[in-house]
Amino acid sequence: MTKRMIIQIEELTKIYGKGDIEVRALDGVTLQIHENEFVAIMGPSGSGKSTLMNILGCLDRPTSGRYFLAEQDVSGLNKTQLAIIRNKRIGFIFQSYNLLASSSALENVMLPLLYNRNGSAGTTEQQHHKALAELEAVGLVDRAHHKPQELSGGQMQRVAIARALINNPDLILADEPTGNLDTHSGVEIMELLRSLHARGSTIVMVTHDINIGAYAQRVIHFRDGRIESDEKNGKFTAYPPAQEIPHESG
Amino acid sequence: MRVDKVLQIAWKGLARNKLRSLLTMLGVIIGVSAVIIMIAISAGTEKTIEEQITSLGTNLVFITQNFSRGGFQPGNPGQERGGLVFDDAQSIADGVEGVEGVVVEQNSTQNVDAGSTTLEDVSILGTTPDFPSVRDITIANGRYFNQAEVDRKQKVAVLGATLAEELFGDTTPVGQVVSVGNTNTKVTVVGVFNKKGQVGDADYDSRLYVPITVVFQKFTPSQFARIMGDRVRMIYVKVDDSMPLDDVILQIQLLLAKRHNVSLDSPDFSVTTQEDIIQTRESTTAAFRNLLAWVAAVSLVVGGIGIMNIMLVSVTERTREIGIRQSVGASPNDIRRQFLTEALLLSLVGGLIGVIVGVGGAWLYGKFSGMRTVIVPNSILLAFVSAAVVGIFFGFYPANKAAQLDPIEALRHE
Repeated sequence: MTKRMIIQIEELTKIYGKGDIEVRALDGVTLQIHENEFVAIMGPSGSGKSTLMNILGCLDRPTSGRYFLAEQDVSGLNKTQLAIIRNKRIGFIFQSYNLLASSSALENVMLPLLYNRNGSAGTTEQQHHKALAELEAVGLVDRAHHKPQELSGGQMQRVAIARALINNPDLILADEPTGNLDTHSGVEIMELLRSLHARGSTIVMVTHDINIGAYAQRVIHFRDGRIESDEKNGKFTAYPPAQEIPHESG
Repeated sequence: MRVDKVLQIAWKGLARNKLRSLLTMLGVIIGVSAVIIMIAISAGTEKTIEEQITSLGTNLVFITQNFSRGGFQPGNPGQERGGLVFDDAQSIADGVEGVEGVVVEQNSTQNVDAGSTTLEDVSILGTTPDFPSVRDITIANGRYFNQAEVDRKQKVAVLGATLAEELFGDTTPVGQVVSVGNTNTKVTVVGVFNKKGQVGDADYDSRLYVPITVVFQKFTPSQFARIMGDRVRMIYVKVDDSMPLDDVILQIQLLLAKRHNVSLDSPDFSVTTQEDIIQTRESTTAAFRNLLAWVAAVSLVVGGIGIMNIMLVSVTERTREIGIRQSVGASPNDIRRQFLTEALLLSLVGGLIGVIVGVGGAWLYGKFSGMRTVIVPNSILLAFVSAAVVGIFFGFYPANKAAQLDPIEALRHE
């Protein structure tokens, strides 16, 4: 069976600066990621993995090359069009969670719905329902009205994951999702990502931690703006079937 | 983005920094309240003037002597009597067509002694019998003096309502005798006026009215009168409503020029209408209003700059928040709208408080300054709209700055 192509990049280049101080953060990267893949991108700092994440997340535009996201060419889109793509097709999970400090967990999860076009987000009532369902899926429905500062790091990251999922994105991008967490919470978050993968999500995760990278199906190493290696993870084991997902974990 | 959500987010943004938001609004509050108070004051003044027109009538002509242009000049044989004299009034009454009444006034200030009560520096007005009809004032008690009494220099008096009360209290003034001035002139009260109130500078109710001939004889310095003749301060002419006012004025001018032996190019008198006086007052009011309008405009602009300043601080402070919103799909337009709405909300809430302060201030000002203030509903609208315009204008730059932020930079911001 051939699966839908979620990411297809061709000869992607990103150059910062000009002339003598020119830095090639990405130097002709070509990569394909299919639907329901779980990919870890690894490499030392300065290897270009963050730049790639920014471009994959439509936060930045490449200097040259093409980028097709879910078969749509997004390399030439303007800021507003990129915002629409981020809203509908991409869910971000950041190392520092990036929750709005003055908003409750529920409001944070609802945030992407606020920016849905053409009123597709439904009524406030429907949005509440949807956000509560996402919070339930990450086991935090009882924390819906807590502010981020009243939550633990692991809980904040789970709120961020619920937020990333609310618009049913084609792609989940996780940038060092466990970077700020203790080992125990980190494992919980990784188990959660694995369960999402098991339910069909496509996940691209940046990390420099081999133990975290081991959760992925496929590991791509970057060095100096190029792909150094791209291989299947031999130790990868599929997550238990959906009915055994522990909703109340932690 | 839905409008109610935008408003909700903006409101939350402002509520987070209540004191700062309030201080930011201060400029707008001052500007808006200044606009409303200013318009209330000038509307009050206009209303007062309007009432004077109806109380005095527009068909009134004032003749005053004019010293600055060819008035009395010693040594100039043709003009040694100069200025307005009592006989001028009579000749106007006799020789000008369309004159309904002529009143001559000569004033003086004297002490008045009613036996039990003595009042100092009472305004004494010497007039002629047409005075009540020309000045539109009615007798409450007794009568006004007649032509015969004026001719015979009869020592009779009519009291203004306030003066009557001050001198006699509850007892009936008519028939009483008061003693006026150093000469202890005994005058008999024959009538009391109804209340008229303040018209322009003159308080009609606290004056003592006597035949003008009595003033000439008793209260104007005798040497002055001997050289100048019976000089009068002012002649009022009430013109028949059916006659064109300009015609009558021209007739008066020609007659007086002939009597005074002066040319119309440099007369020793000037003729003004009620309308001229009102126009002068209105131009004074307009100047005052313009000044206040500038003050209001300047403080609105200052308020706007305050809003811009705080919005720029706010954009910098909330760079991370902007980045988060961008990452989940907020477009530049969404961000711009959010900050523009905050600026607009600041100026509108400021405007609302300004309206309350302005209306309250105008009311208090009217109560304590003695000046009349009338709150004009349109001024509230005007103030509100200008506040909104200020908010949008000065909010645009910071909002645009926020909208143009690079999401990666914004997310990295601490």
